[in-house]
Amino acid sequence: MGLVSRGTAAAGLGPARAAVRPSPPDAVPNLISTPPPEGAAPGSSRIPSMVLKAFFPTCCASADSGLLVGRWVPEQSSAVVLAVVHFPFIPIQVKELLAQVQQASRVGVAVLGTWCHRRQEPEESLGHFLEGLGAIFSHEPWLQLCRERGSKFWSCKATRQQVPTCPATSGEDQVMLVFYDQRKVLLSQLHPPAALPDRQAGDATASAVGLAAVFDTVARSEALFRSDRFDEGPVRLSHWQSEGVEASILVELAKWAAGPICLLLTCLLSLVSAASACRMFKLWPLSFVWSKLSTCEQLRHRLEQLTLVFSTQKAKNPTQLMRKANMLVSVLLDVALGLVLLSWLHRKDRIGQLADALIPVADHVAEELQHLLQWLMGAPAGLKMNRALDQVLGRFFLYHIHLWIGYIHLMSPFIECILWHVGLSACLGLTVALSILSDIIALLTFHIYCFYVYGARLYCLKIYGLSSLWRLFRGKKWNVLRQRVDSCSYDLDQLFIGTLLFTILVFLLPTTALYYLVFTLLRLLVVTVQGLIHLLVDLVNSLPLYSLGLRLCRPYRLAAGVKFRVLEHEAGSPLLLLMQINPLSYSRVVHTYRLPSCGCHPKHSWGSLCRKLFFGELIYPWRQRGDKQD
Amino acid sequence: MEDEQSFSDICGGRLALQRRYYSPSCREFCLSCPRISLRSLTAVTCTVWLAAYGLFTLCENSMVLSAAIFITLLGLLGYLHFVKIDQETLLIIDSLGIQMTSSYASGKESTTFIEMGKVKDVVINEAIYMQKVIYYLCILLKDPVEPHGISQVVPLFQSAKPRLDCLIEVYKSCQEILAHQKAPSTSL
Repeated sequence: MGLVSRGTAAAGLGPARAAVRPSPPDAVPNLISTPPPEGAAPGSSRIPSMVLKAFFPTCCASADSGLLVGRWVPEQSSAVVLAVVHFPFIPIQVKELLAQVQQASRVGVAVLGTWCHRRQEPEESLGHFLEGLGAIFSHEPWLQLCRERGSKFWSCKATRQQVPTCPATSGEDQVMLVFYDQRKVLLSQLHPPAALPDRQAGDATASAVGLAAVFDTVARSEALFRSDRFDEGPVRLSHWQSEGVEASILVELAKWAAGPICLLLTCLLSLVSAASACRMFKLWPLSFVWSKLSTCEQLRHRLEQLTLVFSTQKAKNPTQLMRKANMLVSVLLDVALGLVLLSWLHRKDRIGQLADALIPVADHVAEELQHLLQWLMGAPAGLKMNRALDQVLGRFFLYHIHLWIGYIHLMSPFIECILWHVGLSACLGLTVALSILSDIIALLTFHIYCFYVYGARLYCLKIYGLSSLWRLFRGKKWNVLRQRVDSCSYDLDQLFIGTLLFTILVFLLPTTALYYLVFTLLRLLVVTVQGLIHLLVDLVNSLPLYSLGLRLCRPYRLAAGVKFRVLEHEAGSPLLLLMQINPLSYSRVVHTYRLPSCGCHPKHSWGSLCRKLFFGELIYPWRQRGDKQD
Repeated sequence: MEDEQSFSDICGGRLALQRRYYSPSCREFCLSCPRISLRSLTAVTCTVWLAAYGLFTLCENSMVLSAAIFITLLGLLGYLHFVKIDQETLLIIDSLGIQMTSSYASGKESTTFIEMGKVKDVVINEAIYMQKVIYYLCILLKDPVEPHGISQVVPLFQSAKPRLDCLIEVYKSCQEILAHQKAPSTSL
């Protein structure tokens, strides 16, 4: 510093004296800028004996002396310093800049005090000069921060102009200095988001409470950070940009190219979705088949996601932006894994091997089923079956298997070709390949599904017949109108026939029950395998990989809160704290940013499942297409 | 100003309480738990390895032994990183808030900060823990909907579990600081 800056600063003071003298309410449209009157309720915003907290950015700790510019939050008695204005400056221009920033960002930015960074020679005149500035930019309270070069200890003073009403409190407040990293606070988002969107235009940011107000203030003051001390403008500021901004050419190029690419891809995707919504696909057999195949479900889901990602509208809030980024990364990973799978399949003619192995496997399964039925037709596990019913059911199912084997052998020349084309679809993504696998399993075990349905229907009929005839046995009947069991007097011949039928059904029950049990177990096995595949698909679909990567590499972006650390402390000097960002835990990141999937969660609880199994009602483990949930 | 005292926890283990008074409005309490004992570590390792050796003699597969070594190492690392808490620190700053930090044996630190606006009071509560009745220090949080209600109770020093004498020391210090915000018109 020295004579030059003092001279120009003094020259700057001249015109300011001639200019309009600002009054505090004019320059600072905060909510409450004057202290509350005597006898105010304890719930009022200003508590005179509360410790004053000054939030100071770490990047300004080495800046030259100047004015402190920021926002005063009276409710928490805290001053958030955003930047330092260096000498020389003209007060009018500083006020103009602040007014501009206030209008652009709706944050009550004002001059909060002075900052003095002393070099080797102590400068007494500077001290007096700085105090004189308090007269030009009056602010309640006026902060004076001072630091010796090379010393770890600071001195802070906060003075009030107006005499407080209670004589016990002095004109000076206790000050606590809290350092914060401005760039990290600017970029981070708090979870849960504490600041509500402003209701009226021109409303100062009053809705954030507590420390969220600090984050809010810094995030909204982008307009203040545009000019720097190295710029040619009239006012020279020091803030986080003064440390040097890193930028990547690739990122800038990607941003520039994103516009046209999005437009092109949106057109392509709209073409594809128009083609798939074509009338032809809505005809009955096709629509039924499409709704049953999980591959179509998965493809539709991916199409929706891609439409959302490449839409030309910008994301309205950070949550939407994260969602888009997560979807994009998920699709890219999916396609990458699919290509890996494709290259592995095509490497050593694995598709040919697979096709060759498929028919013998299907044959083997059918043979095993035949053995099982032969075993059931004999004396399974030592139980004695009703011979006639046994033979009927056994022969019925054996004929089914015979038909199925014939069908498989009919298809065998085309298997390799089909598999090759299906393998190509893996380039659409691993999830598509897995869905196709699940559908192939469903098709190959279709006969097991049929057997399960036959067995379940027979068993269900039997159980209903038995329960109704049991009621007859006891002289009761089911009243359909009143939906309850009523007593009823039967005739003798009704009772006689009822008892006969009841006896027949009871003695045939073990046979039917055994067939039902065996086929239900087989069906449940197939359902479990399909369920595992769907679970894997769901995992790839809904995992928010971009958010997890952000949490790993830039943990300050996703903030759960803050944490404080006490820096060097000496008796007599004010308390120095460092405020750091406390990142969100991984489980909360996954929970907050999970993508909605088309995954099927079983609607039934275990109890209702057991009940359905006992009464022979059919179980549909997958959600049908009609009821789609998010 | 630093101060160290020795207390005991509910099981009789030794705890060390370190008190730092940074300023009239900022205090820190640091409770150090007893370290992991060599005896229990050796006992667990020996049991696992003996079991693995028994399995090895049954099935003659040397993979069992390597798997046992692997499991022991991973288990120890997991225990040190996720379970064993070395130190619990309470930092109370007037008009800012209360911060609790747990440092694990592997160096990991997990911090929670509660703003002063949400804190209703700091109290000592009684609880039934297994077959004992113990005292614990907890923070009562204000209910945003109901002005006199309590929305949550946050217990402190959960893994150190000090006894009442230690809790009273911490309680008195916290109440001195909380008194500042409850009586704004009187100055101390």
